[in-house]
Amino acid sequence: MGQPITVTVNGEKRSAEVEPRLLLVHFIRENLRLTGTHIGCDTTHCGACTVLLDGTPVKSCTMFAVQADGQQVTTVEALAAGGTLHPIQAAFKQEHGLQCGFCTPGMMLTSLALLEEKKDPTDEDIRWALSGNICRCTGYMNIVKAVKSAAATMNAAAAVPAEAAAARS
Amino acid sequence: MLPAPFEYHAPRTIDEALDLLDQYGDDGKVLAGGQSLIPLLKLRFASPGHLVDINKIKDLDFFEERDGTLRIGPLFRHKSAERSSLLASRYHVMADAAPMIADPIIRNRGTIAGSVAHADPSGDWGTVLLAMDADLVLRSKRGSRTVKARDFFSGPFSTALEPTEILSEIRIPAAKAMTGGAYLKLERKVGDFATVAVAVHLRMDDGKVGSAGIGLTAVGPQNLKAEKAEASLKGVRLDDAAIKQAAALAAEAADPKADQRGSVDYKRNVVRVFTERGLKRASERARGGG
Amino acid sequence: MAVDTPLKGVIGDSIRRKEDDRFIRGRGNYVDDISLPGMLHMAILRSPYAHARIKSIKIDAAQALPGVVAVVTGELLAQHKLAWMPTLSGDTQAVLATDKVRFQGQEIACVIATEAAIARDALPLIEVDYDVLPAVVDPWKSLDPGAPLIRDEKEGQTSNHIYHWEAGDKAATEAAFSKADRVVSLESFYPRCHPSPLETCGIVADINSATGQANLYMTSQAPHAHRTLFAIVAGLPEEKIRIISPDIGGGFGNKVPIYPGYVVATAASLLIGKPVKWVEDRSDNLISTGFARDFHMRGEMALDDSGKMLGLRVKLLSDNGAFFADAQPTKFKAGLFHIVTGSYDVPTAFVEADGAYTNKAPGGVAYRCSFRVTEASYLIERLVESAAIEMKMDPADIRLKNFIKPEQFPYKSATGFEYDSGDYPRAMQLALDKIGYKELRKEQAEKRKNGELMGIGVASFTEVVGAGPGKHYDIAGLRMFDSAELRVHPTGKAILKLGVKSQGQGHETTFAQIVANELGIPAADVEVQEGDTDNTPYGLGTYASRSTPVGGAATAVVSRKLRDKAKIIAAHLLEASAADIEFDQGKFFVRGAPSKAKTIQEIAFAAYTNLPDGLEAGLEGVSYYDPPNMTFPFGTYMVVVDIDRGTGQVKVRRMVAVDDCGVRINPMVVEGQIHGGLTEGFGIAFMELITFDEEGNCLGSNFTDYLLPTAWETPKFETFETVTPSPHHPIGAKGVGESATVGSPAAYVNAVIDAVAHLGITNIDMPVTSDKVWAALNEKGAAE
Repeated sequence: MGQPITVTVNGEKRSAEVEPRLLLVHFIRENLRLTGTHIGCDTTHCGACTVLLDGTPVKSCTMFAVQADGQQVTTVEALAAGGTLHPIQAAFKQEHGLQCGFCTPGMMLTSLALLEEKKDPTDEDIRWALSGNICRCTGYMNIVKAVKSAAATMNAAAAVPAEAAAARS
Repeated sequence: MLPAPFEYHAPRTIDEALDLLDQYGDDGKVLAGGQSLIPLLKLRFASPGHLVDINKIKDLDFFEERDGTLRIGPLFRHKSAERSSLLASRYHVMADAAPMIADPIIRNRGTIAGSVAHADPSGDWGTVLLAMDADLVLRSKRGSRTVKARDFFSGPFSTALEPTEILSEIRIPAAKAMTGGAYLKLERKVGDFATVAVAVHLRMDDGKVGSAGIGLTAVGPQNLKAEKAEASLKGVRLDDAAIKQAAALAAEAADPKADQRGSVDYKRNVVRVFTERGLKRASERARGGG
Repeated sequence: MAVDTPLKGVIGDSIRRKEDDRFIRGRGNYVDDISLPGMLHMAILRSPYAHARIKSIKIDAAQALPGVVAVVTGELLAQHKLAWMPTLSGDTQAVLATDKVRFQGQEIACVIATEAAIARDALPLIEVDYDVLPAVVDPWKSLDPGAPLIRDEKEGQTSNHIYHWEAGDKAATEAAFSKADRVVSLESFYPRCHPSPLETCGIVADINSATGQANLYMTSQAPHAHRTLFAIVAGLPEEKIRIISPDIGGGFGNKVPIYPGYVVATAASLLIGKPVKWVEDRSDNLISTGFARDFHMRGEMALDDSGKMLGLRVKLLSDNGAFFADAQPTKFKAGLFHIVTGSYDVPTAFVEADGAYTNKAPGGVAYRCSFRVTEASYLIERLVESAAIEMKMDPADIRLKNFIKPEQFPYKSATGFEYDSGDYPRAMQLALDKIGYKELRKEQAEKRKNGELMGIGVASFTEVVGAGPGKHYDIAGLRMFDSAELRVHPTGKAILKLGVKSQGQGHETTFAQIVANELGIPAADVEVQEGDTDNTPYGLGTYASRSTPVGGAATAVVSRKLRDKAKIIAAHLLEASAADIEFDQGKFFVRGAPSKAKTIQEIAFAAYTNLPDGLEAGLEGVSYYDPPNMTFPFGTYMVVVDIDRGTGQVKVRRMVAVDDCGVRINPMVVEGQIHGGLTEGFGIAFMELITFDEEGNCLGSNFTDYLLPTAWETPKFETFETVTPSPHHPIGAKGVGESATVGSPAAYVNAVIDAVAHLGITNIDMPVTSDKVWAALNEKGAAE
């Protein structure tokens, strides 16, 4: 019955024996007890289950855990490394980009992937990138603000080492 | 929301994969992006006994223009098409279609080949390949064969692909100068299937239409090729009258069903309107504009 | 002010939310996150048919599947008198079907197993033999004599008619209509939609077989009411029932009813002696849980030649599904629909409402409707649009002409509401200014010459929330007061326990702000607790925008009670008389000598260490607040749309929303609520629909068919405010959670109608999809 897999989750190697039909989202939530990744639908629409697979957003309800063998999975729990909030988390709080919190982990991870690709996304870029993540509470306005705010913070932080390097040279 | 049990195989080479498909026949299914297959498994609309996951096989994501052909491999994902500057500059119909597949997260996993093999009549890529007169390479343990896109689709979720075969390559005639295309899709929201979509691919020849490809999504039992409309354009100047006529013929070629997305008349009209708009846009792009 | 450093985080401050800290870390605690030792999993078998007699149910094969612990059917429940349960509307509802199934998706049997996958695998092994019956899906046909009787099990039920209800003055209204210069009418259908919160419903029922303690972790918007109902329905002793509603991923009214899944999981835990978890799939949620709306309305307005409203008449038929299970105050069978005179000074009105059973899921009152105010507001605002078209008046002008004037408040409406306060012209004027109305009308005229279709939609809603005065408002007999219990610790921190229950509305922050405002304890030092019935005072929960009007009032009242006691302690510490003690910004001082002050923290400490003789120790209190009236938030919304004549697609170009909800505790939170409501209104207006085919098959039971707007379709919102405090609320607040869902659908639809009325199109029912717009244009020869 069980197929052995080893998945690196939030930097830690996790091994288990799982049924092939076990969805990645259930592996994360039930086997690993990382319940920050949520389930909101059964037709791959809502995006509440979004995680990063080797840095790319995927809907973990539409992948089997066995497919993630040998790969890296990042969930929301990885964001506040060492206790400090990631700029995306701080921005969601600062800009009131969440209400019930159920879509929030997926929203933040998809946003992070966007910011990897586009350092200065426009409102349109953000809305387009997030069109696979449904929110029922916020009406998206403050989510867009949060992503822009996080972009600004992350760009400013990236500029500091660059400035320091320039100053040294 | 939970699939029936199955056995899972993750071959490392294409030959291994083809062996497995040969062994399991129609109890086996290829797993590429999985964004169409896995939802079906979860709802138990399909329960193959064996899944053959090809994601661990190297070099199946090829995408290159070589010797007059654009060659696309089975693991080339929608997102890669969306990001491709090659498609944006010269394969407009594909560049238009890519960002409209499903939603951005699904596009990270889903593949063009998988979508084509799945053959949902509301799927977009099949229509695009029909408009571009693509060839599909079907490979089994016994060898490869090439099928024209127009001969590939035979009904809803029904294609020439045998259970023992993989769609191993999509071959599109390289876009020469003076080609232009467009894909217009009406969807009720991002992530919904098309209500109607039209693919147009034009090659202009000295101010006249050299060849025209027109494909239709979601208005028939499969992706359709509007052959009469295409023929009406061959060798003519693309003026308003020619465009109107081709659009009318495309609407006639459509065979939509009435449903929550609209009536038969409505869908036919959108085919007509989109064909007109698509031809205009394609011709602008062929001239180097848009 | 007397104190130099103003306290932060009081009423009016947009402080950031305390609850966010766990949500952004993925450390929320939703029902599906709960895992208890030995926990079993439950799955529900649902009927594929809308109407069928059950001949037999064979469960042997399912029971034999390894890992299956129990299979529960209606027959087993009937032995414990649990096969049927009362609804919140005085009807009964099947828990598990026994004689017949009455809607597609109805619960037939439950499998409890060691793993969720096994419970799922067992479902197709249950053999049910059905005798399919003709389905009734049209509420009008349902009332035809000879229609199949749906509730044949109900004694005395001889038809599919549920209720008849009236409000207003029939005779006076008839008279007004007979004398009217003009009568405008509108047939309007508000279709069935669904609240669809992102988290579905669920329960972990944990009954300890040794002690009888029943801990029910449940997605509940009203935990105390649910506890009492569980005690009555399941016969469990109420002091042994503890309902814990943890973090809830959105409610919108979907988590107010008691669903069969909750009851069976509880019964299963009781019988088996282990915790049982049931969390539904999205398909289960959409096909069986409390839907919203489904109101067939006919409105008529009597006017004089100048466009002044003389009377309003409404006849409506509600499609309630197979069981009358509306969650609404018991005296009102059509909720608060009779607010339908809206923002207008209408001298007389008459509302006639009837309800019909159909072979569909039960429900109707949900989805931020304020008890059917969504339906009423939609009807009146659409009818006013029709009147504007008929009278050839500008939609803003006809409203300004008929608004209740500011000096008329408090205003007694023709159907018996006493509106507390309002200034409708002010909100309207602000909206007109912000959207640039005059320029838009010019642009529209220009575009019309070229055949381009552009529309400006107006809606000026007044809604009624804050249920409510106990004399008139009760749910299943429980009066609709609410409560707050505040306890201040020696170190000056506090715990506030509430009878309401947030599902994302920010109570942990906003209610702490009320305490900060009234007692001076910083919001960061006030821990707000909700949802655990063992640890909170009795309340009726959060829905119908009642938390701030009722729970917020209770919080202010109890804070003031403690403030009064604090003054006594301050007087003792300052050696003054209590009557001379003033309070400002968390400091208590002798009038005229602000430098000689004691902080609330010092007073709190003294409450346990240094008290005047005869005064009880501690600094705590509870308030059960019975509101003297409802509150009446209002606003004006304006929408600009452009329409593609070739495809019928409607693009919302702009959306301006002016809201007046009285005093705003946390403007940032209020604005967030409005954004969310405007988005739900957008979805309802343009894409959300649950419908049925003739056999009663539900078309809209998953997200492929039930469409929710993404960030891409959703328009940008421009939000503004006016503030007209509620005169009877302790802090002048009115509540706002549902205003935008109530008021915006008509604004969106009026914009579309405004774009095409000149072609003779005066109504398109929601959802206003592109094919319907095109068909309407095509009929008038105006499509591309």
